[in-house]
Amino acid sequence: MSIDPSRRKFLLGASALGMSLGAGALVAGCTSNTPAAAGPQQVAGGSGANAQPGKPVTIGFSAPAADHGWMAAMTKNAKAQAAAFKEVTLDATEGTNDVNQQIAQVETLINKKVGVLVILPFDGKALTAAGQQAMDAGIPVINLDRVFDTPLAYRTWIGGDNYRMGVNAGDYIAKQMKAKNVSNPIIGEVAGIDSLPLTQERSKGFKDALARNGFKVGPRVSAEFTAESGERQTANLLQGASKLDALWNHDDDQGIGVMAAIDSASRKEFVMVGGAGSRDMMNRIKADNTVIKATVLYSPSMASTAIAVARLLGQGKGVGDFAEHEVPASITTYSAVVTKDNVDSYLDVGFDS
Amino acid sequence: MTASSPGTAETVDQPVQPPPANVPKVRGFRPDLRLSILFGVLVVLCVIGYVTGPDTFLSESNISTMLRLAAAIGVVSVGMTFVIISGGIDLSVGSMVALASVWMTTLATQSYGPFVMVVCALAVGLGAGLINGLLIAYGKLVPFIATLAMYASARGLAERLSGRRTQVVNQQGYLDFFRGAFLGIPVLIWMLAVVYVVGWVVLNRTTFGRRTFAVGGNAEAARLAGINVKRHTAMVYAVAGLCCGIAALMVVARTTSGASTNGLYYELDAIAAVVIGGTLLTGGRGTLIGTLIGVLIFTVVNSIFTQNNLETDVQNIAKGVIIVAAVLLQYGTNRTRKT
Repeated sequence: MSIDPSRRKFLLGASALGMSLGAGALVAGCTSNTPAAAGPQQVAGGSGANAQPGKPVTIGFSAPAADHGWMAAMTKNAKAQAAAFKEVTLDATEGTNDVNQQIAQVETLINKKVGVLVILPFDGKALTAAGQQAMDAGIPVINLDRVFDTPLAYRTWIGGDNYRMGVNAGDYIAKQMKAKNVSNPIIGEVAGIDSLPLTQERSKGFKDALARNGFKVGPRVSAEFTAESGERQTANLLQGASKLDALWNHDDDQGIGVMAAIDSASRKEFVMVGGAGSRDMMNRIKADNTVIKATVLYSPSMASTAIAVARLLGQGKGVGDFAEHEVPASITTYSAVVTKDNVDSYLDVGFDS
Repeated sequence: MTASSPGTAETVDQPVQPPPANVPKVRGFRPDLRLSILFGVLVVLCVIGYVTGPDTFLSESNISTMLRLAAAIGVVSVGMTFVIISGGIDLSVGSMVALASVWMTTLATQSYGPFVMVVCALAVGLGAGLINGLLIAYGKLVPFIATLAMYASARGLAERLSGRRTQVVNQQGYLDFFRGAFLGIPVLIWMLAVVYVVGWVVLNRTTFGRRTFAVGGNAEAARLAGINVKRHTAMVYAVAGLCCGIAALMVVARTTSGASTNGLYYELDAIAAVVIGGTLLTGGRGTLIGTLIGVLIFTVVNSIFTQNNLETDVQNIAKGVIIVAAVLLQYGTNRTRKT
């Protein structure tokens, strides 16, 4: 009451000023991430006659926003691969999760008359018409990973194999269980977003592979591909299952949270398998001092392959070592199992989560 | 004679209407009864949890896990309770958690050590909250719009700073402290308890708290009573931001990383917890204990569903049913008390 209002205002002003100065210093000091080591970039070398630079090709590239490690690696790999070819010009649009905007981007690339289009659609169904429009305009389309509704919309599809990820994870775990002579193992699963077909395929593959070994999936939770959701769901899963023999986590991005939850619960009695193949998980597998013993790949190196294949298409070449004169219409990458024994040969395809 | 019941009913009803003299007592809306109903819901859920998982549900480690999972959203809900009691809304809490968690885990921030990381998270939360408050109080933006703008831009900035990567904490000292325990109880649970105790004292035993109720109950009356409504509003949003900074410390400790995907849907979870806790969305009344019970109800539901290996879609349906049921139950008590 006795404080003169103007003085109060001054004090408030001074503290606000101090706060903004402090915030300014923090802005300057704490936003930089520069010391981060540049991640490995997967670049395919042309082999045989294909190694020779051919005629110039302009490749248009459209992908969703790089909002998680895997997607960021896809875009980064595509750019790195394009830079490795002297005669290739990459016209990459800004990544977007807005389907309408991605359609507009593809239409812009068509109007620019790029030689080949590489499209990683946010939603394959929604971008099908745009892909077909490009094909109709005479531009070969490479459909990356998320598949269009009809083969009429692409010249070549390149993508991963979600079902086989689950199969290989299940087979690896079954093999471990048999080696340890566990008769009735409790096998947990931390899935990604359940409403996505890719999650359903991974889970089906996992279930099928375990079933053919006489095992079944026990406790199962679904996270949201984020570290936070992975931690939350795994913490609950571990509480519900006082003993586990094995655990498959679909996604290494959320795996950071999964590992944190396992660490919090001080659980060590089971083997864990990851998914997708981040560099962080590969390093943990290599260190071999935590529960994670393997990860099944869904490697973003496919983006590099897509650019390499786009170049071949643009130059009218086939794939070296293949008898076919033409690039194949469909290429499915293999979901290899990375373990301590072979991790060194796969570290180059690990991505930063 | 008996056919004139409508008219009679009207006249009979009249004296039951609360007389104007009761208006200032609006805060004494029997929170004890509403809270006991809410607490009853929590107890029933715990019984269900115990029956379906007798070995695990009430074990020390599960209770500790549930409380640690409730910690971040619980702290965010404290700030949300203040904001909603003051008659506002904050849609940006999740984004502010994301921004604070990312900013405190950039390699540059981490290079200064754990203490600076903590200060950074708190400063970022407080600063973002203060911006909300200033826009609302002095920029005359509607809270819904101002915080919607922060909702978008804070997460955008978090994505920009992190390059949309998950930034792993390399400061072992930070992890050792915040993932550790004190007197056998995890530090995160201590933090949750301290925030609620401090929040309760501030809300119920200080001028700041009384002003918050007054501003939310009737801003014009509060202004005429000599309260600097604008300044108070700004401060309430700053408090909400500070809570987000504290929550970011917890999320980073739990996940051992900072990411722009942290705090997703926190605004919805916090508003749900506050509302089923009995705080009026129109402002002017509410309790922190109700909010805490609201947060715990959702945590317990999550735990029960996971332990029984039920699908997340069923869980979301159950969440919705609980929100409606809890609010309806409390409306019921409110009406019976009035008549």
